[in-house]
Amino acid sequence: MGRRILFITTDQQRYDTLGCNGGLLSRTPVVDALAADGIRYERAVPQSVVCMPSRSTMLTGQHQATHGVWMNGVPLPVDAPSVAAVLHDAGYRTALIGKAHFEPFLDPFERFNENRVASLGTDTIEAPQYGGGVGPHRGFDHLRFATHGATGYLHYAKWIAAEHPEAIGNYYSVIDADLEVNAEGLGDTGAPQVKHNPIERDWYHTDWVAQRTIDWLGGLDADDDWFCWMSFPDPHHPWDPPESELHRVPWRDVDLPAGYPESAADRERILDAKPAQWRRWYDGTLVSNYEAPPAWVPAAMTADQVREVNAMNAIEVELIDEAIGRVLAEIERRGWTDDVDVIVTTDHGELQGDFGLLFKGPYHVDGLMRLPLIWRPATSAAVEPATVTAPVGLIDLAPTFTQIAGVATPEWMQGSALPVSDADAQTRGIDQQLTAWDSELFGVGMYVRTITRDGWVCTTYLPGAVHDGTEGELYSLADDPLQRENRWDDPAVRSLRDDLVAQLRASLPPELEPRLELEAPV
Amino acid sequence: MLVVASVRRQQIINASADDVWAFVGDPTTLPEWFPGVSDAVVDGDERTITIGSGIPLPERILTNDSVLRRFQYTVSAGFFRHHLGTIDVFDLGDDRCLIAYATDAEPDVMALVIGGAAGAGLRELKRQFESGERPVGNATGRA
Repeated sequence: MGRRILFITTDQQRYDTLGCNGGLLSRTPVVDALAADGIRYERAVPQSVVCMPSRSTMLTGQHQATHGVWMNGVPLPVDAPSVAAVLHDAGYRTALIGKAHFEPFLDPFERFNENRVASLGTDTIEAPQYGGGVGPHRGFDHLRFATHGATGYLHYAKWIAAEHPEAIGNYYSVIDADLEVNAEGLGDTGAPQVKHNPIERDWYHTDWVAQRTIDWLGGLDADDDWFCWMSFPDPHHPWDPPESELHRVPWRDVDLPAGYPESAADRERILDAKPAQWRRWYDGTLVSNYEAPPAWVPAAMTADQVREVNAMNAIEVELIDEAIGRVLAEIERRGWTDDVDVIVTTDHGELQGDFGLLFKGPYHVDGLMRLPLIWRPATSAAVEPATVTAPVGLIDLAPTFTQIAGVATPEWMQGSALPVSDADAQTRGIDQQLTAWDSELFGVGMYVRTITRDGWVCTTYLPGAVHDGTEGELYSLADDPLQRENRWDDPAVRSLRDDLVAQLRASLPPELEPRLELEAPV
Repeated sequence: MLVVASVRRQQIINASADDVWAFVGDPTTLPEWFPGVSDAVVDGDERTITIGSGIPLPERILTNDSVLRRFQYTVSAGFFRHHLGTIDVFDLGDDRCLIAYATDAEPDVMALVIGGAAGAGLRELKRQFESGERPVGNATGRA
């Protein structure tokens, strides 16, 4: 019997939405307590700021260039390396409950395993494995899938359809009649992707994911080793939490976030100092990626809309915190607490009003790149609580899981087990993280590479639809925490910039050949 | 903003253009290589396919030209404001060919949905012809 692992992810959650990270809007006592007893990371960085590449990094422990999922809509090969398969082969019971998204959602042909498994009615699908042979899909012997809303092929949608069909239409429709991300606003302010959702709280997908996790844990033997990835679809848009919970954070009482410049002139001045895609998206003259509504023009967003989005997001974060609390209570009831490692993080952040923008895209700044990450090691491991300021990445999760399980870390993993202190990070030379963005949407190509190191974030652009390859961004995280002053062309930091760019180029792994094909929008 | 989205996928296959065309130019063979299509019924210039979710999709065959080795069709379902699918097989000599599958559609997203699946279909065709699973040299490609 070894250490068990509860791996909790959310979707599109900012660092500053947790109380333990200084957030004031959401009450998150459960995760805050995990942070107090464990390790809180202040500079956790994703290797991609969109779902499918980032989640593929978490599963494989590889950079985007290596696992090959270069944008949303590119499916991770079913026989790609998987840390869950490693743990499964080591005797762990393995489950993935909630949002997976290693394969596209928009799949009318129902050709991807993630979209087929609920219809098949099986716990998993036997599939080819990395290195040969067959085994459970990506190493998980129990799959229960959910995503945003109540339509589609996944388990949650089928559950709602069977048990509460009257609730299906309560959710916001994430996509519109043309299958584009919906721009409609159905809250109080007309903010896109906001809706008052009259669904019962118990039927909402956050509580569904927690309950399915509890159900799975309840079926395990007391001495089973287990790895459970509990993956909440929230607080990703749409922002449509149960209407009964809106009293928690009245949007009219919400202060505007620090990252939102109230004056349009200030927003435009800040954006104009950044590479061209920033201002062009803001003005509505460029749609570079599928992840934001093409019919929505950020420049038209009002301060009240920013308030309402932040309020709805905070409510969803609170519901997740309470759901985590329910699962931890079940773990305590089973007597496992001392032997369970709990890791809480997300796949990427959300702009949430920063610079007058929402959602995500080729924008490598803290809103999307600074992630919540908490590791509460098993009590039996006797790890001292700590705060780690060294940059760590989601690429480091897979080797952390193998280390916890006492399993040899496979050579194909490219990260390092998470450091337990800054001294540990220094000793092991953990001092930089890489992030990449690639997208190609109907002739608009965008290619971005970033290094986070020595308190700086340095971003380069490859030639594409709106870049000639000379543009860049350079921010001091200490002096400019909101990344408003782009110092790329500042002669005073030119040598630093050159060093960071050289280090970035030397560190990037080669791109997978042949490149995987884009097979769907998302 | 462009009006119609266009997506193209292609593969070089180590098999003759005649063999590949003989197979893909037969509109009933679609379930054997296009992912998520379980049935294809042809009646004159009408083809009805059934996709993985069980939904029947009516299509109209526009071109089936064995000289050009070009097959074109359009999905007739009301959801599309425009759709044109084009399959071309080009002879590269030495028993090699290039097969291209272009999808033009409005709404735009459907070009990616169908075009993406078509890419997987072309990979499957390549696998079938190059693995020996699909006999060549008889200009039918049928196993």
